[in-house]
Amino acid sequence: MTATNDRRATVTTPTDTQILITREFDAPRELVYQAFTTPELLRRWWHANRCEVLGIEMDVRVGGNWRWAAKAFNGYEFAFYGEYREVVPDERLVTTETFSGVPTAQAVNTTTFTEKDGRTHLEILVAHQTRANRDEHLQSGMEDGLQDALTLLEELVREQI
Amino acid sequence: MARAATTTDAFNAVAEPRRREILDALARGERSVTDLVGQLGVAQPVVSKHLRVLREVGLVQVRDEGRQRIYRLEPAPLREVYEWVKDYERLWTERFALLDAVLEDLKAQQTDPGRQGPPAAESETRDEERES
Repeated sequence: MTATNDRRATVTTPTDTQILITREFDAPRELVYQAFTTPELLRRWWHANRCEVLGIEMDVRVGGNWRWAAKAFNGYEFAFYGEYREVVPDERLVTTETFSGVPTAQAVNTTTFTEKDGRTHLEILVAHQTRANRDEHLQSGMEDGLQDALTLLEELVREQI
Repeated sequence: MARAATTTDAFNAVAEPRRREILDALARGERSVTDLVGQLGVAQPVVSKHLRVLREVGLVQVRDEGRQRIYRLEPAPLREVYEWVKDYERLWTERFALLDAVLEDLKAQQTDPGRQGPPAAESETRDEERES
């Protein structure tokens, strides 16, 4: 794997209802975990240069709530929120996640931090209840809605281009 | 719901489940209409209608072989669709690039704690989560 690829997030769809996001970080896992669980730190990176963070609240303990709110540059305000279900410091977080735009859908996110040789392998597994919700989530980064998604096409394209 | 004939680009063409099944079949190799009818278990006019849409947007190509018309997948237009999925990946790539910068700061603080202490609120959060 080249250094360039290391800097890219990898997004795959292991099943019809899941999204898996992976990335390697050149830092020990307790720091990566810290950046995921500390409001002042999360505020610095979660916006992805695509929105303005309005508020980061997190009560990082089992049963604790979290809510991350933001405003897109077109003025659209939105939030992600949920509850912590599992908290294993430096290792693993399991949370529920709901997007304010689709309040009826709830995903379960499992974030794991694995360290090897001082580097951290991060995995975020997003498990939706239905394929439609999963697809809607995948399209959240997109300009328009392609209604049914693209596991097949993604595989096809990876094979053929 | 839009009729098949009005579908003019690859995005809409692949949004239809039956058409994705056809593309999936063609991804495994060339097929005649008869092959596809057998494989998908749907009526020939339905298959033909979907193949026409897929041809119009350039996702399949056709050639004649004797009395058969043989269809094959043309993957180039999928590249654009693929870019849409990639957009979600780009979101995370940008997000993690910013996270890299945060981690560099944290590493610098670790090796030289006197240079810049962590914010007070951060310590509170850490204490809280350590107790849980």
